[in-house]
Amino acid sequence: MSGLTRMLRLIAILSGVAVLVTPAGAQDRPRSGGELIFAVPSEMPSYDGHREGTFGMVHPLAPHYNTLLRVDPNDRTGTKIVSDLAESWTVSADGRVYILKLRRGVKFHDGSEMTSRDVKASYDKIVFPPPGVGSIRKGQYTNVEAIEAPDASTIVFRLKWPQASFLASLASPYNWIYKAEILAKDVRWYEKNIMGTGPFLFVEHVKGSHWVGKKNPNYWDKGKPYLDGYRAIFMKDSAAQVAAVRAERAHIQFRGFSPAERDSLVSALGRKITVQESAWDCAAWVAMNQERKPFDDKRVRRALTLALDRHQASQALSRIAVVKEVAGVQVPGTPYATPPDELEKLAGYGRDIKKSRAEARRLLREAGVPDGFSFTFTNRGLPMPYEPVGVWLIDQWRQIGLNATMATIEASQHVTELRAGNFTVSSDAQCGYQVEPDLDLAKFQSKEISHNNYGRYTDKVLDELYQKQSRALDPEERKRYVREFERRLLDEQAHTVITLQWHRIVPHSAKVRGWTITPSHYLNQQLDTVWLSE
Amino acid sequence: MAIRRATVAEIPDVAERRSWFAVAGDFCRQRPLGAIGAVVVAVNILVGLSANVIAPYDPLATDYGAMLARPSAGHWLGTDAFGRDVLSRILYGSRTAMLVGFACAFFGATAGTVIGVTSAYFAGKVDLLIQRVMDIFLAFPLIILALAVVSILGPGIGNVIIAITIPMIPRAALVARSSALAIREMPYVDAARAAGFRHRRIILRHMLPNVMAPYLIMLTAYLGQAILLEASLSFLGLGVSEPTPAWGLMLRGAAVQFAEAAPWMAIFPGLAISLAVFAFNLFGDSLRDALDPRLKTQ
Repeated sequence: MSGLTRMLRLIAILSGVAVLVTPAGAQDRPRSGGELIFAVPSEMPSYDGHREGTFGMVHPLAPHYNTLLRVDPNDRTGTKIVSDLAESWTVSADGRVYILKLRRGVKFHDGSEMTSRDVKASYDKIVFPPPGVGSIRKGQYTNVEAIEAPDASTIVFRLKWPQASFLASLASPYNWIYKAEILAKDVRWYEKNIMGTGPFLFVEHVKGSHWVGKKNPNYWDKGKPYLDGYRAIFMKDSAAQVAAVRAERAHIQFRGFSPAERDSLVSALGRKITVQESAWDCAAWVAMNQERKPFDDKRVRRALTLALDRHQASQALSRIAVVKEVAGVQVPGTPYATPPDELEKLAGYGRDIKKSRAEARRLLREAGVPDGFSFTFTNRGLPMPYEPVGVWLIDQWRQIGLNATMATIEASQHVTELRAGNFTVSSDAQCGYQVEPDLDLAKFQSKEISHNNYGRYTDKVLDELYQKQSRALDPEERKRYVREFERRLLDEQAHTVITLQWHRIVPHSAKVRGWTITPSHYLNQQLDTVWLSE
Repeated sequence: MAIRRATVAEIPDVAERRSWFAVAGDFCRQRPLGAIGAVVVAVNILVGLSANVIAPYDPLATDYGAMLARPSAGHWLGTDAFGRDVLSRILYGSRTAMLVGFACAFFGATAGTVIGVTSAYFAGKVDLLIQRVMDIFLAFPLIILALAVVSILGPGIGNVIIAITIPMIPRAALVARSSALAIREMPYVDAARAAGFRHRRIILRHMLPNVMAPYLIMLTAYLGQAILLEASLSFLGLGVSEPTPAWGLMLRGAAVQFAEAAPWMAIFPGLAISLAVFAFNLFGDSLRDALDPRLKTQ
């Protein structure tokens, strides 16, 4: 090969590399402009984040606000805490005093400056709400002794005892910072109005139709947001949401679609669609009413969990329903989740299903029901994922001689029946807004402590373990307690049955960049990092 | 002039008694479409009764290795999202359809007929009161009333039967009343009253047997309607619950989600519903024609 040929080949290769690299580099650089359009499957009862719980409020409203801390918008586990309005923080050695330094120069949308007075007023409303003012998460802050604002840029939280999850609770996606002056005049003003420091200004809300926000030109994080604005369209029907994304009338629906809907969008739009998937911080559980026989017997409860072939279901059900991961009490892949090989040691999590079911039958014999028994499985009247999971459960229990019939009850009535204990075995679920053991495990404490303990049991050991993990500031020590809690809950006492973790699937227009899926559909909705590639 | 008295044996039968077989033969000749409907209805009933014998698979048995399998020699009508055999579920589903259909049609038509005849017999304020109550029920479309009842009672096969039966009662009462009003004026009813018979005896023994023709027509017409309503309620998630095999239930959930990828999940149960309802309607229409004296004379 001549030198000239070699030279030409080298130039060609380098040119090729340059061609490949340059557009990619340009693509990864955020582009300003454009309006993000997204579908929202539900609508908010009020505009006040401190009193509402629905994602139907978070998705359209979060871009108007900031929180003290936030979950890193690029962290797929949704557990890495980064600064938002607080630029730094220190924790005292005994873990009871949190001192946060606020950013300077942050302005509300009316031009007034945000100070620690606003933060204190907002947290006072959340933690110590005045009579008649709703704050549905105040129970998470029972440990807060005092909130102080020693100067304009410092806020101090004093706790009664150390709490490992406290930083995470300051990053709650609901804890928007409101203006103190407004709260002083009318503490309920925010139920019907918007005034935040967030990356987008409020434009309009047409009930049942849409919500519009436009770029905040004076946003404290210079250069952001990238979008000129956004438009949230309220659409309850999932077929309509799919049709909107397919017809490119909406870029995204942040909560998620089913596997079939994902497949239909991918086949229709091909390269125009990007799919992000993640384990979802929602789990499909089975509550067994321990006030009813034979579910007061832990051998029977263990038999119910041993009958389930979770690993096969993970492959099969994930094709038709929004469930996938085999999980314990924490979302797989997150810091406190039990690794798969350790999880397989728990009852019903092993890979040898024949052995598990033989053990289940043995336990039923021991419990005095060798021929099995019949019971009603009360299921929530929502098709996804309750119906497919219910069908699967009934089939699995049949394999050990249990004859369950499914009674489907309308969703709100289902909760009423669960609370009243009017069921024998029922589907149960909880979606967390952050992956955090304090939030995820609280439900399983004794019925005297946890009002949504639908198993209706008392277990002081479990309560003690909950407190221990909550107060353990060393992550490794906390992990040990979480594992112990999990083993007792799912194996030794089998108080509840965890079927599969929900699986979040967000297919969206390939034009949408800068948004990362997390296990929670409440997180990462400020939209300050989101941009449109064209 | 001597009068010769005829003996009872010499009086000829006004209506010659004919065998059921001959009646059925005439029905088939005169109304072939109705006969086809009757055959399909009979097949449906037989399938429902013998589903456990003729179904190739257990309708509840899942096979996750054969999820959404297209129709093949192993599964003639394919499988659903849980790998359950669609044919077996349709065969067992006819059991649910027939149970709901017959129960609702029987109880709806019977209760309606008794109320309608009673209302016509007593007339006056009783009739007025009963008819206004019936009017209230008739103001609601059938499906809306059934939806309201099932949303109060909750889903489940028993509640579905009640929910479908209740809106059928006033419709049957209306038809039975109109027939009974004419019968009420017949001399034999007057004679029974004059003889001092009790109201219950007059209604049950003298009036009800004479509204049998409209009763039978309503029965067949309501069967199709009940099957369709059960399928509608199940499709809306208010009827029978999974995993019970039921045609309407087979049309919802994954059948909607996978309508493009696995259309057999919806097509075959849909066909089963259409065929059953069509057959009952054909049979019902022909029965009405056969039993209606005005159409007979034409």
